[in-house]
Amino acid sequence: MNRVVITGLGAISSLGINVEEIFESLKEGRCGIGPLKFLNSERLSVQIGGQIHNYKPEKYFSKQETALYDKFTQFALIAAQQAISSCGIEITESNTSDVGVILGTAGGGLQTQDENYREVYELGKNRVHPLIVPKLMNNAAASHVSIKYNARGPCFTIASACSSSNHAMGQALNLIRKGDIKIAITGGSESMLCFGGIKAWEGLRIMSKESCRPFCSTRDGMVQGEGAAIFIFEELEHAKHRGATIFAEVAGFSMSSDAMDIVNPSKEGAARAITGALTDAKLNPEDINYINAHGTGTIANDKTECAAIWHTFKDHAKNIMISSTKSMHGHLIGGTGALELVSCILAINESIIPPTINYKQRDPDCDLDVVPNVARDHSVDFTLSNSFAFGGLNAVLALKKLA
Amino acid sequence: MARNVKKTIIKILAEQALLSPKDISENSSLDSMGIDSLGLVEIVFSIEEAFNITIPFNSNDPQNTSFDISSVESIVKAVEQIIDKSAKRNKV
Repeated sequence: MNRVVITGLGAISSLGINVEEIFESLKEGRCGIGPLKFLNSERLSVQIGGQIHNYKPEKYFSKQETALYDKFTQFALIAAQQAISSCGIEITESNTSDVGVILGTAGGGLQTQDENYREVYELGKNRVHPLIVPKLMNNAAASHVSIKYNARGPCFTIASACSSSNHAMGQALNLIRKGDIKIAITGGSESMLCFGGIKAWEGLRIMSKESCRPFCSTRDGMVQGEGAAIFIFEELEHAKHRGATIFAEVAGFSMSSDAMDIVNPSKEGAARAITGALTDAKLNPEDINYINAHGTGTIANDKTECAAIWHTFKDHAKNIMISSTKSMHGHLIGGTGALELVSCILAINESIIPPTINYKQRDPDCDLDVVPNVARDHSVDFTLSNSFAFGGLNAVLALKKLA
Repeated sequence: MARNVKKTIIKILAEQALLSPKDISENSSLDSMGIDSLGLVEIVFSIEEAFNITIPFNSNDPQNTSFDISSVESIVKAVEQIIDKSAKRNKV
């Protein structure tokens, strides 16, 4: 079985428009969550989110491209450009079939749907723009990345709510392990910050109106964010042969289904995915010293996630640093696992653990080292990144520092 | 009116083809302007919006239609006819 490493990084979020900026924000424990600003946002009862303010598509794309790319595609293309230019791979006729594109998103072109439903329902228009369908489809981002970089291997999108990106990166890992491809452009993107997007979430009444405070006893819900993160996954020998910079090894992956409830999480299902990722990576529980948590800031998730960690790691759980960076960038839903892998790469490469900010008061149900409020200097050799989605779908990745 | 229709259509084509309106002549074809099939449906949409008309155009078979897209001149003529027809209909 081939080994797989990460050789390229790209990201855009409310914490910065590239990986360097995002690393700085994570180290500073800066909060990217603030007032939401878009059409009709004044009618929302939830007025905060991790929005990329001052985002100007014309800085990145031509007018023709902007007409064809929904925001989730734009974010994916911006992150992919950074990842591809940083990895130094040239995609040519001779290797194009060895390059796949596997991305996650939950909402896909939700902004396009929102804008155009407004046109036909609210404004009563009967004529619609011709490019709505190719703009809104969930695979638009993956297809445009494939088109732009001439990547002709397997290309598809996974939509499994909050686990979409981890599921996507898990598939990329397995395709390279098996030898189907040598390189994968993988990760995810999301842009749900529009009136219809947030209004729908308000209905569930699990959103905070103040801030995202994972694991804190005062926590009162999740906060959404937007953006994308894209990585280059590459077969280890291929990367070594060309002298690539290696950020981490993707050592393991596991997925499980709770088969229980459409929204409530399960300790048992989460624990099975965590244990599975350890087994797949051939790691002992004691090897892990940092976990980037799913940590949404809802009562149910954080309590259940901590119980799953106790269940899996037993006494070692108290030695593990566990942070939820959603406190800073918000929940990117289908893109969240990808953006959170950026934190794991920061921990492995710079020995800095990004914090869980807004932490005020200990919760006995979340009694773990959550790296409260301030980043911590600590070396990390092995780390996990958890994603637990609505629908009971769990997906956990294990990263390893390459000696 | 004739002049306005032509001017508006050239403006729409120029915008889609990223050309200056003065680079487009009556004889220019969509091919020569580098407009592809996706660009063409965008143009049809923009013309419909500009004149509030409905153009009988089917992307499955763009040639087989009463709406002649072979040149700028033919498009202008076809649009003028549609505008004319809908004006007459409105009078009745």
